[in-house]
Amino acid sequence: MARMLSMKDAVNEALDQEMERDPTVLMMGEDIVGGAGAQGEDDAWGGVLGVSKGLYAKHPKQMIDTPLSESAYVGAAVGAATCGLRPVAELMFVDFLGVCFDQIFNQAAKFRYMFGGKAETPVVIRAMCGGGFRAAAQHSQMLTPLVTHIPGLKVVCPSNAYDTKGLLIQAIRDNDPVIFLEHKNLYASECDVPEEPYAIPFGEANVAREGSDVTIVAYGLMVPNSLAAAETLKKEGIDVEVVDLRTLSPIDMDTVIESVEETGRLVCVDEANPRCSIAADVSAQVAQEAFKALKAPIEMVTAPHAPMPFSPSLEDLYIPSPDRIAEAVRKTMGA
Amino acid sequence: MSDQIVPILMPKWGLSMKVGTLAAWHVEEGTEIKPGDEIMDVETDKIANVVEAADGGLLRRCVGTAGEIYPVQALLGVLAPASVSDAEIDAYVDAFEMPEVEEDEEEVPSHLTIDLAIGRIRYMAREGEGTPVIFVHGFGGDSDNWLFNVDAIAADAPVYALDLPGHGGSVKTVDNPGLGTMVDAVIQLMDHLSIDKAHLVGHSMGGLVSGQTAIDHGKRVASLTLICSAGLGDEINSDYIDGFVSAQSRKELKPKLKHLFADEGLVSRSMVDALLKFKRLDGVQAFLEALKGNLFSDGKQAAGIAADVAASGVPTTVIWGAEDAVIPQTHSSAVKGAKVDVISGAGHMAMMENAGRVNELIKEQL
Repeated sequence: MARMLSMKDAVNEALDQEMERDPTVLMMGEDIVGGAGAQGEDDAWGGVLGVSKGLYAKHPKQMIDTPLSESAYVGAAVGAATCGLRPVAELMFVDFLGVCFDQIFNQAAKFRYMFGGKAETPVVIRAMCGGGFRAAAQHSQMLTPLVTHIPGLKVVCPSNAYDTKGLLIQAIRDNDPVIFLEHKNLYASECDVPEEPYAIPFGEANVAREGSDVTIVAYGLMVPNSLAAAETLKKEGIDVEVVDLRTLSPIDMDTVIESVEETGRLVCVDEANPRCSIAADVSAQVAQEAFKALKAPIEMVTAPHAPMPFSPSLEDLYIPSPDRIAEAVRKTMGA
Repeated sequence: MSDQIVPILMPKWGLSMKVGTLAAWHVEEGTEIKPGDEIMDVETDKIANVVEAADGGLLRRCVGTAGEIYPVQALLGVLAPASVSDAEIDAYVDAFEMPEVEEDEEEVPSHLTIDLAIGRIRYMAREGEGTPVIFVHGFGGDSDNWLFNVDAIAADAPVYALDLPGHGGSVKTVDNPGLGTMVDAVIQLMDHLSIDKAHLVGHSMGGLVSGQTAIDHGKRVASLTLICSAGLGDEINSDYIDGFVSAQSRKELKPKLKHLFADEGLVSRSMVDALLKFKRLDGVQAFLEALKGNLFSDGKQAAGIAADVAASGVPTTVIWGAEDAVIPQTHSSAVKGAKVDVISGAGHMAMMENAGRVNELIKEQL
């Protein structure tokens, strides 16, 4: 049975159902329960935006409030994963990746490879990502390219509540390290989500809208922004297809290329900074694999090569908007 | 204003439909339309289908524009004899109050659920007078398969459509995924709803379930309508059944679903997505594999009910799509004494592809 659920509640439900199903699943992070001295559920924080609210009461042995030390608890989660548990470590904001990066990219990501396939590291690192929250340069980044670059890590960035639940359940059941990035400005977005648990396989893009003139490839918050642009462009007679990548590693280039072979035009939309971005990666792969299908140069719509500004009006200009996306689509149409 | 003016309105397919896209007109202004003529294509977020004219007359005005979205009951066209002036039609169109898109405030739940001995069962219900009609869907389907039938039949009788165990919004952990469990679910739901006797309408595996219910509980079944039914012969298309069960992605599933319709264009992206969402629920894969193993292994049907249905004495209508690619149309003659109707231009999902004809045949049974 499906009912409307927000993306924030979808994260909570996935964690709840997986901890219920499998006692080796556990959560670790700062203030995910309530911090030092909290008296059970009523006083609990449930994470900085309340995502894990209520889970401590149901699964007290599987919720670990940690000290303010990402390097310690992310390392502990990676170690626990190699020893048979399935930890979900919450990094609060992905911007804090720097202090625990060795544990992720030089340890967890390498174990399966270095130990001849005998070691498995079923750890999930969850973190909020993205801008639009008036949280300035150190709490607004879209660092998907940084983690996608590293072999051995799987990278997920969902665009809606349905995908969030199914992809998080898949992330927890997956036997490799998964970086699971939740766009904080999508937490309130709602859609139909089944009550039952379900897993969505990695590496399968979702065609969020079918169209015949131009392909937009996007992920995370850029999917609703691209869909909004597509609605505007429809009134101008431009029929846009929107491909939601859902997972960036593995990446479903088959669906992207099939779409570009139909439309002949590609706009890559990415909230990350432009250099070595997901947009640049997709553009390069399409240019290599489907150059002859292209009727126009590929367009990229990204954040500028600059940190997120603190000024709200500048922040609004920084994040790719439906208007900027629509303008790039018109450019591929020769308008 | 002339009372000879008859409006063509955006249809409502199922309780959740609020708007529809007028995808295309099949007729032009100035065409004389007969009831049942295909006049336009309408798409919702769930399904695309052709709309048949409810009334006949001269199409004087196409008010709706192809490609645009309209609320349910919006005015899309005007029928009137030539004697009605253009000015009167203009006045009618101007005066027509376009319905607002209903907001979700007082939303009626599209389905109900009940915890029965067998587990949670989800069903649709429409109130009415007389002996109820119960719709039973096929393998991998759910009550939404009857989107074009439930409201049409509800004009004449109370109507129920259930999700069988393992399907739709019903219980996914099923101890014995087989025919007996499915029959139990129908009977338990009838008991819960205090229905002594019902007309059963079953599609595909749901026909097998309905027929077996009539055999086991003859006094509870007023009539049987078996649509492209299982249980009436040996063969079943293993490419469809095996492919449906094993498909893990949209690319694998979509070609298999084309077996279901005479018009392959009816397999929409939203239909593929909805089935993939169902197949990905925990427990469904194992359930479908077990059920397939019990009923439809290796392209053969394990259960045959034709002789026992004929012997049960329950009035039976067998309906088949002439272009059914899942279960051969030749099985339609298996039940001795049954009324048989083969619908040309329809495939396995005959109750969707020619809902008008199927609804007529169901009503003849009431």
